[in-house]
Amino acid sequence: MARKPTTHDPFNAVAEPRRRQVLEALGTNELSVNELVQRLGWNQPMVSKHLGVLKQVGLVEERRVGRQRLYRVNGEMLKPIYDWVVPFESYWSERFNRLDKVLEEMEKER
Amino acid sequence: MSSKNKTFVTAEPGKQEVIVTREFDAPRELVFKAHTDPDLYVQWLGPRGYEMVLDVFEPHSGGRYRYIHKDQNGNEFGFHGVFHEISEERMIQTFEFEGLPEAGHVTLDTMKLESLPGNRTRITIQSLFQSVTDRDGMVQAGMEHGMKEGYERLDEVLEKQ
Repeated sequence: MARKPTTHDPFNAVAEPRRRQVLEALGTNELSVNELVQRLGWNQPMVSKHLGVLKQVGLVEERRVGRQRLYRVNGEMLKPIYDWVVPFESYWSERFNRLDKVLEEMEKER
Repeated sequence: MSSKNKTFVTAEPGKQEVIVTREFDAPRELVFKAHTDPDLYVQWLGPRGYEMVLDVFEPHSGGRYRYIHKDQNGNEFGFHGVFHEISEERMIQTFEFEGLPEAGHVTLDTMKLESLPGNRTRITIQSLFQSVTDRDGMVQAGMEHGMKEGYERLDEVLEKQ
């Protein structure tokens, strides 16, 4: 069954490669816009634009600390995306881990 | 034993493809051989808990293949396709799961094998589906198998948040 995307769908938000880059740059940290600008090497309006969309779908959370706004990834919202692709990834990684062992044996026999 | 070489899967929303990337601590000729020698191939291809039977295996350009996964209850899952090109640089083949309710849902799989320094190899597989629906269905439904391990990893990811 295909998913039915909506405007508030986190799937749609991560369809844009730059937004995935923002999520990757945030990683497990809490960063300000300026720190993100430095990490990504983009201009500030572009960073803010993509942060805005990610915030809107709930993939990124904002927290005010004094005059600063800090951003972090909301793991809960990423969960549906992991749920979707992780089983597929496990299938392949399990298969390739077995191939590693076969290759090890082949190396020994050479 | 878990491997230090991670498998990366990219399935971007709205696209018809899945990309799988993996590196191996072995030279390309061995990785290639493990894909084309039937005795080696059966050792790693099938999912855990399944018997893997190579029904037809003609690993050369223009050849055919068909294999069957058998589970303990005697259920059989067949897969078949043709090899469009087999070389150490590229393996291009069609792939169809015979257990789908409707025949004709075929993917075009292109695997590239790159030699890396230090006798290592990187493979990149592009699976191209006929539609986004086909792709999403395969990713979602067909791969229940690795679920548990997958969720353990998800837990780790979420813990770091």
